[in-house]
Amino acid sequence: MDDRVIIRFDHVTKQYDDDLPVLDDVSFEIERGKFYTLLGPSGCGKTTILRLVAGFIEPTKGDIYFHGKRINNVPANKRQVNTVFQDYALFPHLNVFENVAFGLRIKKMPKADIERKVKEALRFVNLEGYEQRAIHEMSGGQRQRVAIARAIVNEPDVLLLDEPLSALDLKLRTEMQYELRELQRRLGITFIFVTHDQEEALAMSDEIFVLNKGKIQQRGTPKDIYDEPVNRFVADFIGESNIITGTMIDDFVVEFANQQFTCVDHGFAKNEQVDIVIRPEDLELTTVERGKLRVRVDSVLFRGVHYELCCYDTHGNEWLVHSTKKADIGEEIGLHFEPEAIHVMKQSGGE
Amino acid sequence: MRRYAYAIPYWLWIGLFVIAPIILIVYYSFFDIEGHFSLVNYETFFTPVYLRMTFNSFWYAFLITAISLLIAYPTAYLLTKTKHKQLWLLLIILPTWVNLLLKAYAFLGLFGTYGAVNALFEALGIGTKQLLFTDFSFVFVSVYIFIPFMILPIFNALEKLNPSLIDAARDLGANEWTTFRRVIFPLTLDGVKAGCQAVFIPSLSLFMLTRLIAGNRVITLGTAVEQHFLVTQNWGMGATIAVFLMIAMASIMALTGNKKWGVRQ
Ligand SMILES: Nc1ncnc2c1ncn2[C@@H]1O[C@H](COP(=O)(O)OP(=O)(O)OP(=O)(O)O)[C@@H](O)[C@H]1O
Ligand SMILES: [Mg+2]
Repeated sequence: MDDRVIIRFDHVTKQYDDDLPVLDDVSFEIERGKFYTLLGPSGCGKTTILRLVAGFIEPTKGDIYFHGKRINNVPANKRQVNTVFQDYALFPHLNVFENVAFGLRIKKMPKADIERKVKEALRFVNLEGYEQRAIHEMSGGQRQRVAIARAIVNEPDVLLLDEPLSALDLKLRTEMQYELRELQRRLGITFIFVTHDQEEALAMSDEIFVLNKGKIQQRGTPKDIYDEPVNRFVADFIGESNIITGTMIDDFVVEFANQQFTCVDHGFAKNEQVDIVIRPEDLELTTVERGKLRVRVDSVLFRGVHYELCCYDTHGNEWLVHSTKKADIGEEIGLHFEPEAIHVMKQSGGE
Repeated sequence: MRRYAYAIPYWLWIGLFVIAPIILIVYYSFFDIEGHFSLVNYETFFTPVYLRMTFNSFWYAFLITAISLLIAYPTAYLLTKTKHKQLWLLLIILPTWVNLLLKAYAFLGLFGTYGAVNALFEALGIGTKQLLFTDFSFVFVSVYIFIPFMILPIFNALEKLNPSLIDAARDLGANEWTTFRRVIFPLTLDGVKAGCQAVFIPSLSLFMLTRLIAGNRVITLGTAVEQHFLVTQNWGMGATIAVFLMIAMASIMALTGNKKWGVRQ
């Protein structure tokens, strides 16, 4: 067993009553000191995974290992894991200081140390001077930061964060993303971060787990997941994409939109039906003659850094294009792309 | 002006059934048994007989409240964990629909020398015991009667408690007892206070039970009020005791007054 592995899920299933399983035979490993993100749509089981790690619920089937020891029956208070809850779960009868100090007081740490550590944690989340505030006097974003401070002050082996930034405005959110990442590097502890915001996931993670309907669809570095989505769901969930069906004619040759193109993928059966992904930013505007695809512009949106063009080819396929060049609505244009821009995926494929 | 018109029935009600009786009681308390205006009743109240009675009332009310709380809290806690909460809750509320007097008589039957409990004792070889007319039976029956009023507010407070707060406490290293002491109990304190008020205040002025179950062995202020109004016809003294009872109740309400915080965020 690799001793960098800190948490291991071994065929874990979680089922409530007789409903469909919320987590369906999930196996994965979490390594020490990395930043992991669980990404997926609402209800896909992200919080459930965190609750299993934290020890609030037990798996219906399968085993969970922590430092190589099976911890299925270890209660939450005996696990070196702390959680930032989705609804913050701050204690309403305690002020900000006492909320953050809660875990330290239970450890019976000397008063002076508690004072120092709590101050430090509050400084980290930009809440200096709020020690004596009651929780109900704090805004949503401030509460979230108290929740983060309350968890990190305990210096756990693993920190679980359940959408900790969702209540913050864009500026504070970006700032906190940066600082959380920085903190993770500094403390060297493992973060398991839950979000349904793919940009946040891509920006922060060492590794992303994309979940859907209780199954891990794909795991990998942000670049892997973005560049080589394994199926339609992942491609669609990670950023805007053009996804159309096609046929793998031969190794390195794929057909879609009634044309054949060279690509870099191989290893498929001859004439296998596949899904094709081309990212909007990989499509380049050119003249009809020089383009590989010929499309008509349907709508143009200005998105700040680029224009977003929605176009249709002659077969009715929709093509989303991100371009710094502008085109007119109704204009016929050509689209150029490199063979590397074509991502071929098995249909209904897993990893 | 029209806005105030809606309040008229309310004020009439308050005036007729709350303020007027209180004024009457205070008024009566200033007349001695012959109907002369005097402060003699207040002097009498501070004699050892009545002070002892006051102490008794408080002591028994305290016992009843404390025992109810000790039983009610775990019960309410278990109730929140059961599957058919509403059914169990109904079973607990149900006895409160039965008239107090009926329940008292039921216990007379159960606890009597030839009652069911003593029959059981006989069968077990313990032998017949004097159950009625003891402090024990008085407290027992009172707790039985009042306990639903303790369980309900505590149950409600526990139901309102956000379960992720308990997770949070466990997550931060608290074991079950610490979680209870530092999170669950403080956050359900309002329910506990409401329950204590609902039990302590009526216990303070209990009268019928003291005669029926305790056989006048326990003389509380409530008994005294009843006796003065119905037996000795000393309405002045009865009213005076009532005044002190009201003062006691008002101060308890003030003392256990609720400080508010949002239980859920
Ligand atoms: N105690 C429970 N009893 C029954 N079903 C539950 C329970 N807790 C969660 N579920 C179900 O499990 C599924 C996954 O829930 P989970 O909280 O893990 O979703 P999530 O990925 O965190 O979603 P979100 O992004 O909305 O927070 C949901 O369909 C939910 O209804
Ligand atoms: Mg969730």
